[in-house]
Amino acid sequence: MSNPLRDMEKPEAIFCIGTNMTECHPVAATRLKRAVAKGARMIVADPRRIPLADYAELYLPIRIGSDVALLLAMGHVLVRDGLVDEDFVAARTKDFEAFRDHVKDFTPEWASGICQVPAADIEKAAHIYGSAGRAAIYYTLGITEHICGVDNVQSLCNLALVTGNLGREGAGINPMRGQNNIQGAGDCGAIPANFPGFQACDDPASVAKFSALYGRDIEPVRGITKVKALELAVEGEMKAMLICGENTVVSDPDRKHCEHALKSLDHLVVIDLFPTETTAMADVVLPATGWGETDGVYTNTERRVQRVRAAVPAQGEAKPDWWIISQLAKRLGLPGFEYQSARDVFDELCSVSPIYEGLDWDRIDAGAYHWPVPTKDHPGTPILHEDGFKNGRGLFRVIHYRDPAEVVDDEYPVWLTTGRRLEAYHTRTMTGRSSGIDYLLSEESLEVHPDNVAAWGLQDGGYARVTSRRGSVVMRVRADTTSPRGTVFCSFSFGDVPVNDLTGGGYDPVTFTAELKVCPVRVEAVAGA
Amino acid sequence: MSERQHTIFLDGEEVPFRDGETVYEVSERHRREVPTLCYDPRLEAFGACRLCVVEVEGLRNPVASCTTKATAGMRVNTRTDVLEAHRKTLLELVASESRAAAEAPAGAVPGTVDPLRGYASQELATLASRYEVSGERFAGAKSGHSKGADDDNPFILRDYDLCISCYRCVRVCAEREGDYAISVANRGFHTQITTEFDSKLSDSSCTFCGQCVQTCPTGALADKKALRKVDVPGELQKTRTICPYCGVGCSVDIVTKGEEIVAVQPAMDGPANEGALCIKGQFAWDHVQHGDRLKTPFVRGEDGELRPASWDEALDRAAAGFRKAYAEHGAHAIYAIASGRAPHESAYTVQKFIRAGFGTNYIDNCSRA
Repeated sequence: MSNPLRDMEKPEAIFCIGTNMTECHPVAATRLKRAVAKGARMIVADPRRIPLADYAELYLPIRIGSDVALLLAMGHVLVRDGLVDEDFVAARTKDFEAFRDHVKDFTPEWASGICQVPAADIEKAAHIYGSAGRAAIYYTLGITEHICGVDNVQSLCNLALVTGNLGREGAGINPMRGQNNIQGAGDCGAIPANFPGFQACDDPASVAKFSALYGRDIEPVRGITKVKALELAVEGEMKAMLICGENTVVSDPDRKHCEHALKSLDHLVVIDLFPTETTAMADVVLPATGWGETDGVYTNTERRVQRVRAAVPAQGEAKPDWWIISQLAKRLGLPGFEYQSARDVFDELCSVSPIYEGLDWDRIDAGAYHWPVPTKDHPGTPILHEDGFKNGRGLFRVIHYRDPAEVVDDEYPVWLTTGRRLEAYHTRTMTGRSSGIDYLLSEESLEVHPDNVAAWGLQDGGYARVTSRRGSVVMRVRADTTSPRGTVFCSFSFGDVPVNDLTGGGYDPVTFTAELKVCPVRVEAVAGA
Repeated sequence: MSERQHTIFLDGEEVPFRDGETVYEVSERHRREVPTLCYDPRLEAFGACRLCVVEVEGLRNPVASCTTKATAGMRVNTRTDVLEAHRKTLLELVASESRAAAEAPAGAVPGTVDPLRGYASQELATLASRYEVSGERFAGAKSGHSKGADDDNPFILRDYDLCISCYRCVRVCAEREGDYAISVANRGFHTQITTEFDSKLSDSSCTFCGQCVQTCPTGALADKKALRKVDVPGELQKTRTICPYCGVGCSVDIVTKGEEIVAVQPAMDGPANEGALCIKGQFAWDHVQHGDRLKTPFVRGEDGELRPASWDEALDRAAAGFRKAYAEHGAHAIYAIASGRAPHESAYTVQKFIRAGFGTNYIDNCSRA
């Protein structure tokens, strides 16, 4: 997030797109509800009528995967109707003219045909967002899990730049991170493009720095993503893999492909808390201590660096991840893994990462700092881009609308979109083992609009076979007006409804994020089951 | 905001206050220990319990300090014999409403409930003890009847016999959560905290975030999962940490007895959540000490099955596989996926293992799915 969570109570206009926040980030959503209660105007764009829409002044039920069209048309209206922050654009941005000329063609009427929402509502959304003194954008995986995920994000950036809604309190572009420490995993350099602290793997100075620190020449090129690595496993080039705390088989798209990839490896080592579909395929399974048993650090969605603390001893012989990996490294003769505690590891991270350089184990005790914290006397950075952008000026991008990788046709005439539900977390390795959760959510079901239930010969509470180009899954049907006609929804949380057998039609070419939000299917009634 | 520093006189002491502060807030900051039951700093002041009354010079009657804004030069007395007698009488009235207070055995502190019921559950008992109150003086009719058996949800006990109608649950649900699941029916002795159509919580707009439980000052709303651990021996301990679910990073306290987790309570001063939690963070914690946990390393045996192994054997096997892949196929045959669920120290060592071990950037995490 460019802005802190507390800023969510301060905007005059709120634009939520592709974020089912009351279910996926419920505590953050309470702040938006309070902002609305105090008079903020909220726009919610989502294919499903999610609970957040009930709090919105304007709800835009856009067709799945049509975000770029909506955002281009909003840009068109902002430019056409004089809602450009001229001072900000002149002082802080670059290539505005190209953007201004580009959006001329993309009228709300044009977008209406793609997004399937009225042109007047697109105009209204642009006016609410563009005329507010402080306007903030919030998004989640509904924006990124598309073949055009990067385009979607850059389209949102264009809107913030054109209205000057960056680097100020109560404004900004705010992705809500879905996992407790997914921000931290990136901060720590567990990504193929960056060393710790987002120092680029193809920057010669950074390569030299880490080669010296780690005592080995590191190749000066970006690595490959997980998606590519799994492909190479299928092709026989990838031979050995370490998977730490991920149930890859269930959480990733195209499960058959994923299983095939892991089976093709000569050597698979999995570190986890529980036996999973992925540990079942491993050659070596190493038991880790988990939450409540491990001292360490998480960074949350607002870049706040916070301590986690052990409250109870390890289960059996389980060990912290850092200990397990250090033991493995020592057996391979690697120097620099002589850590005695989590503190040792974290303090080393701070010493090699400019965004954490002002932090250390003791300094983060109260969770008071948002990175970057470049020096010991730095107060932290709750709001990014206040004084300028990292690369000088905010760059406008010229973005074109593209259809999803797969679109509905005669054979697969229904849009399937996937997501999460309030009571279940990911593949339920934790919530599924917590008593009481089953009382509220005991099984997965396919959410189908009641009109479609009747039209397709289904029964509420009966079963349907859902088939995509990759697979077929039988699941219970639940009639629900949350999904619009022609679109169905399902979560990937339940192992017996492996919806990721169906997904995986395409990937964003830049991030290799799978298009989990769009999957054309056909839905057929099945008797009994 | 005014730069000029204004002051009031608190029990004769001149103290500064900030624009908009109430007399109660100023008193709290100066440790006057003014009693309250309907007050939660996160909620709009309500002025219902009247325990926080103070005397303001120039006003004939005492005023509720939680709803009275401080004004320059105001002279306030927070503790006089008259106020204390008034508070004791009010507390006796309140205590007579609570089953736990009214039925307390002679000599016991009325209102005593197990602290596992919730974060604020000791407030009534603490005040009853401080003011040496019994529930007997006004014993008789009581409002609120419990819904123990009527509501079979596994999380929230609705033991309204203990309810004193402070409305904190109603207000936290409306003001903080925006869910409006809890309301009030009837008046006087027939007052009942309830939901729409007097239904079960699962039939209401309740999301089981547990905020009503944690603000309840009597334990009338209680954490059912925690109460199953009442008989676990040991002192209650709290450990401050961060919720393990989404990326919001809510601060929580893990409540333990000995080596067992018995509850989670929200940290009211948590910077990301300011005391709020959701159903997952509040109630989905018992996976930690679940019987399914992996407790020993496993290696795949000759028969193709995973079998338990010692750390030495498992780590040797793990290392040998990477050594062999590197020797036979080179650095680009090796890959690692770090976790977005584990702490920094996990992700950092995994990426270092790959970069220091094999000189590549063949490392990713689970953010792409």
